[in-house]
Amino acid sequence: MSDTARYVSHADLGGTAAPGRVEPEPEDLRFHHDWERRVLGLNLAAGGLGTWNIDMSRRVRETLPDYADLSYYEIWLSSLERGLVERGLVSDEEVAVGHSIDEPVRPVRVLAADAVAGMLASGRSTEREPAGPARFAAGDRVRTRAGHVDHHTRLPGFAAGHVGVVERVHGAHVFPDTNAHGLGEQPQWLYTVVFDATDLWPDGAPGHRVSVDAWEPYLEPAS
Amino acid sequence: MLTVGPPMFAPPTAADNAWKGTSVRAIAREGYDSPGVTAAAPARTIASMGHGHDHDGDDHGDDHDDDHSELGEMDVRVRALETLLTEKGYIDPAALDELIETYETKIGPRNGARVVAKAWVDPEFADWLRRDATAAIASLGYTGRQGEHMVAVEQTDSTHNMVVCTLCSCYPWPVLGLPPTWYKSAPYRSRVVRDPHGVLADFGVSLPDGTDVRVWDSTAEIRYLVIPQRPSGTDGWSEERLAELVTRDSMIGVGLPLDPAQLEASAS
Repeated sequence: MSDTARYVSHADLGGTAAPGRVEPEPEDLRFHHDWERRVLGLNLAAGGLGTWNIDMSRRVRETLPDYADLSYYEIWLSSLERGLVERGLVSDEEVAVGHSIDEPVRPVRVLAADAVAGMLASGRSTEREPAGPARFAAGDRVRTRAGHVDHHTRLPGFAAGHVGVVERVHGAHVFPDTNAHGLGEQPQWLYTVVFDATDLWPDGAPGHRVSVDAWEPYLEPAS
Repeated sequence: MLTVGPPMFAPPTAADNAWKGTSVRAIAREGYDSPGVTAAAPARTIASMGHGHDHDGDDHGDDHDDDHSELGEMDVRVRALETLLTEKGYIDPAALDELIETYETKIGPRNGARVVAKAWVDPEFADWLRRDATAAIASLGYTGRQGEHMVAVEQTDSTHNMVVCTLCSCYPWPVLGLPPTWYKSAPYRSRVVRDPHGVLADFGVSLPDGTDVRVWDSTAEIRYLVIPQRPSGTDGWSEERLAELVTRDSMIGVGLPLDPAQLEASAS
């Protein structure tokens, strides 16, 4: 496999040594710039078009080449532009000039102002009917998948290839690894898996535990 | 039935190990580690470093001075996309206004504070939260987007819980609103899983010796709400008054609720 063919996420930050303090901010500070408000609104409204899903959005965001240089709302704007182009809803040229050139795609589902409250309040459950019984139960020891996969995934690098304990079974949920690539929801059992920090890092401290939520294909039994 | 990716449990190859040790991490870090990166970056990027990651010591909110031309550029770029999508008939600008107003004025951490205060005074509700947080929280009217599958985790004398999304910015919107900038920042996402005490120190919090720490990484669509411990000296308080003690940060696990004296001081 060549490097150029590799799927690389720039968003897998857990356990890395990004320098800098965490800077607290007051609760009533919602936005740092006015344009961030519009980016939030644009993302939510365009998401209502229904031509992509949240896993596709995450795939586009985490593969932005300049991810590490962008603020979060800049990531949202860049990924929205890219996602709209990817789905054929707008062209690069239209994004560049900021006006419509080609005929719009029809039909699309446009979010109306009076539908906003209902849309937000109902949300989108990701739980689905399971295709079969759960492979694991609370208390089972499991080992997480090791190594790189060449697609979007939600197993963070720090938790890959380690043994943990299933703490909770959450039912079957939409599988991001396929859904992000337009390959369907393929629901999989979802588990909270907890690890001892001493198993994750050489300098992990006793009494420190970290959990992730992991889909069944990320896990195999551990003795 | 899965149709993407190599076999999930193939033995690690040299390339896999190289990836685990270096390349992705290095790429993810590059922008933070290399001061030189700004010199060659586009103008938009240069100024974004100042307000985007908040790791340069700037106070939040007063970064309007750093580069007016760059701010103008972001304004123009966002307006261009809004214009394009409006002309295409893909968005209703009034819906945008409604969405923004909702998250500025209606959905925020006071919702979560009411959940916590109710759990403090109502043992049956607290038990419901433990068994089915989604339903218990919905009974107070807080439902929907980014809170479809809720789990409540309780602080105890022996264990302190903290919540993060290391992969993006997953956060329980119906009860806490939009995440603060630090929650989405590289320093928080990278450090909290490995050095939770160091992150707590950034918030001015230190835990009693011997307290266990549990960090919950929100890697799926499960959303976590931390239920802090009820401060002492609040016997007989009403739910409304108790809710005033509940800070947003205490519901993420990076802070503690106010005590009565702190509440009095903050009100005066």
